[in-house]
Amino acid sequence: MRKLLFLLKKEFRQIRRNPFLARAIILVPLLQMLLLVPAITFEMKRVDLAVTDNDFTPASRELIAKLTGSSFFRVSDTPRSYNEAEELLFSGDADIVLIIPEGFSSDFHGVNRPQLQVLVDAVNATNAQLSWSYLTSVVRDYNRDVIVSRGNAPSSLPGITASPRFWYNPALNYKYYMLPGVLVILITAIGLLMAGLNLVREKEIGTIEQINVTPVMKWQLIASKVIPFFIIGLIDLALGLTVGWIAFDIPFEGSLLLFFGCAAIFLVAVLGLALFFSTMASTQQQFLFIAFFFVMIFILMSGIFTPSESMPRWAQQFNYVNPVAYLMRINRMVMLKGSEFSDIAGDMGALTLLAVSFIALAITAYRKRA
Amino acid sequence: MKRFMAFVRKEFLHIFRDYRTLIILFGLPAAQILIFGYAVRTDLTNAPIAVLDNARDEVSSELILKLEASEFFTLTHNIKTYSEIDEIFKKGRTRAVIIFPEELGARLKREGNATVGIITDGSEPNTANLVAGYTTAILNEWSASLTAGTTQSMPLINTEVKMYFNPNLESQFMFVPGVITLILILVSALMTSVTIVREKEFGTMEVLLVSPLKPWQIITGKVAPYFFLSLVNVVIILIMAWVVFGLPVRGSVALLMAETMLYILLGLAIGIFVSASVQKMENAIFVSFLALMLPSLLLSGFIFPIENMPKGYDWVSLFLPPRWFVDIIRLIMIKGAGFSFVWKETVILAVMTVFFIFLSARKFKIRLGEGGR
Amino acid sequence: MNEQKVIEVNGLVKKFGSFVANDNLTFDVHKGEIFGFLGANGAGKTTAIRILCGLSRPTSGRVIVAGIDAAHRPEEIKKRIGYMSQRFSLYEDLTVSENIELYGGIYGMRMKEIRSRTPELLSRLSFTAYADTLIRSLPLGLRQKLAFAVAVFHGPGIVFLDEPTSGVDPVTRRRFWEMIYETAGNGITVFVTTHYMDEAEYCDRVTIMNEGRIVALDTPAALRQKYGTASVEELFVKITRPKQETE
Repeated sequence: MRKLLFLLKKEFRQIRRNPFLARAIILVPLLQMLLLVPAITFEMKRVDLAVTDNDFTPASRELIAKLTGSSFFRVSDTPRSYNEAEELLFSGDADIVLIIPEGFSSDFHGVNRPQLQVLVDAVNATNAQLSWSYLTSVVRDYNRDVIVSRGNAPSSLPGITASPRFWYNPALNYKYYMLPGVLVILITAIGLLMAGLNLVREKEIGTIEQINVTPVMKWQLIASKVIPFFIIGLIDLALGLTVGWIAFDIPFEGSLLLFFGCAAIFLVAVLGLALFFSTMASTQQQFLFIAFFFVMIFILMSGIFTPSESMPRWAQQFNYVNPVAYLMRINRMVMLKGSEFSDIAGDMGALTLLAVSFIALAITAYRKRA
Repeated sequence: MKRFMAFVRKEFLHIFRDYRTLIILFGLPAAQILIFGYAVRTDLTNAPIAVLDNARDEVSSELILKLEASEFFTLTHNIKTYSEIDEIFKKGRTRAVIIFPEELGARLKREGNATVGIITDGSEPNTANLVAGYTTAILNEWSASLTAGTTQSMPLINTEVKMYFNPNLESQFMFVPGVITLILILVSALMTSVTIVREKEFGTMEVLLVSPLKPWQIITGKVAPYFFLSLVNVVIILIMAWVVFGLPVRGSVALLMAETMLYILLGLAIGIFVSASVQKMENAIFVSFLALMLPSLLLSGFIFPIENMPKGYDWVSLFLPPRWFVDIIRLIMIKGAGFSFVWKETVILAVMTVFFIFLSARKFKIRLGEGGR
Repeated sequence: MNEQKVIEVNGLVKKFGSFVANDNLTFDVHKGEIFGFLGANGAGKTTAIRILCGLSRPTSGRVIVAGIDAAHRPEEIKKRIGYMSQRFSLYEDLTVSENIELYGGIYGMRMKEIRSRTPELLSRLSFTAYADTLIRSLPLGLRQKLAFAVAVFHGPGIVFLDEPTSGVDPVTRRRFWEMIYETAGNGITVFVTTHYMDEAEYCDRVTIMNEGRIVALDTPAALRQKYGTASVEELFVKITRPKQETE
């Protein structure tokens, strides 16, 4: 036990003396929080709408006014021909084009239905659908206004109106959603990548030879390499959380103890993985490649950007062994909804099981190598 | 020249002998394509919702059936009281609760209008939005069917829509260009910087410098394999995208490959620059990862559109090479645009490349002038 | 010199698969002796040393180091020996005192003992001014000196030196050997491998390995006489000529 303490002292001294590492430990959480969290959002801010008015009537102008007035659209161009309109889509200067044909207004009084043409840049399918549905709802509103102003129909639409409310995040602030996610990426990077690199480094440089000759036991060596990053991971988590709270006023509804407790279990799981991967690499670069491969997959599959229910069954089954998926869910539930132990017991249990399994896997692999 | 080729060959063999390098080179893009193509969905499928039916009449039953039948939703709970809502949300089992008020049918008949409540779990804003949106759409549809064919139906404007570039509205289209960009930066910048710094750290760089090879030959020899590997990688990704998703290259393949080569050069130049500025391998990894990978992934418009980001970001993204390249690929691959549409971005990338080559050359000259450390 | 045996090797065999790295080695080392271990590369030197240090187990034969059976309790051996490796003894990004503290602690010394003995060690080496200097800033000669001192800091009975003087000038080498003499004089057995043939002359006894076997074991003087050579170097070349040549 005492030997471990001496080793830990050495590790911390070395970390402190590495200017890069020391700075990184503080800067990385800060930068990630401040820069990434606001950036990551699916929320659409502003759509570039181009309008071609071939009708030139008060009716058409009213429609355009309604669109201009909406905060969602920004009327960016007025192309004069179909070709010009298409070019705008190609160049990306317009996301969506509305073409009002000649005779639009007169069709309101006539037999035919009034026509409108819409061209949408659908490279980003979700954005396209959202813009499209927004446009049609504005058009529908306009339609109703016209009918009402002619006194032809009751002032309210017959039928069911939906009234949506958003709990826990009434403003649908994406930062609330992404901050827990970015925190998870943060501790994964530290717990898996940094810890593992540190493990392999001594192997690669060769100083491990010297340690092998000493009475230091293997478990002590591993513990000394892994414990510092466990501690650093938790510290950075606290740091990131504080920054998030100060900068973005993120709510924290649940129990801090529960939050950090789960993070600790997660760190153990991830450190186990780091150890396991380190047995497969003799240089830092090799380790990085293996670890990065898995980290990427884990993070992408974890539901960080989109909910895991939307994923196909095979993906959801994969997530049973994906520690990042669990922590992602737990973090969001505890932070934003105040979920309690009984609510997340299932996830927590699964995560603990994973942690134990990964450690066991790592130890087996390590013994085999040695 | 012969010495140079021998050196390059050695570097190649070095790379291929290591299965781990191959994992990253080929396994990772394949995995990413599959994940982005099949797993990550930004739209809604089988979202779990619950229902609080206080009406319990024909209307509510019909509507519940309609919701259940839709592919967007899966009905998980039928709760009895309002207070249960917070509970099931906290458990994370449900995304939304649809509340049907008492006497729904009767109210509808009497006043012609009624309100249905939708309470969504806002902790996942994207889902919440979509759930609210789709539910509203389904309700609207049902309402429209009420008045169809009656004198109350109004002359509805007919809007004809044409979805350009992606008529089937598939999400792969947005991602594949990003995957290419990411892999290229990873291979050309990260790998290059690590492999050069490795020689520096182990002192073998000095051995090379003393050899008959000139410094520029050493550097070029080290990065040449990664240049070719990156190209091969891109071709593989394109083929995969074509075979797996039917995603074509609508524009000129030659132009696409030319732009790719430019971008790879840029990546290599950055990698060399990083390796000249850093002494330890793990620091090279670190810098490449933080300064190149993460921004490529998150700030380049790969997954999250730049227009959606807050004000200062589009400004910052101007300095990120991946941002320009993603644009170029999208334009060429998906929009089928020609050079006239991408010349601006190309020039910017070219300028960046020259800039980094110049910087690296200067840094290396200074280093070597000091006797090579 | 004491006749007490600190290392006993009898019929040591080490096989890797079908390859025999150590073929029936037999030798003893006495307390306080400076024992030189020579051999060409690939002769099986490193394999043998690893077994003696408790890093690997013999395939067969009897190996007793500091009273411990290497076949059954190699871990115990590690506690009783010191080891100085060629390049990696000291951590470059730690200071002189931090390295001393680390190794002292690893070998079971308590903080109190380390603190009390460190100043004495530093002054003996004339290192007091360097106490807080990073190893990376020390020249090679000083590093080697320190590495040796650290290897015996915890008071082991035997110290293994793996090519301890490679890379330094002859004057520094000479001074290093003076340290070795002093250590041996204090009763610590020194087991040293080297490529410098002149250093072989400094040892009490020397053994030469070739292709897994011991081909010579005696004092330098006796060996020179036996083979009729003027130096150990000459006889080394003589008896380690590769097999093909003699056939």
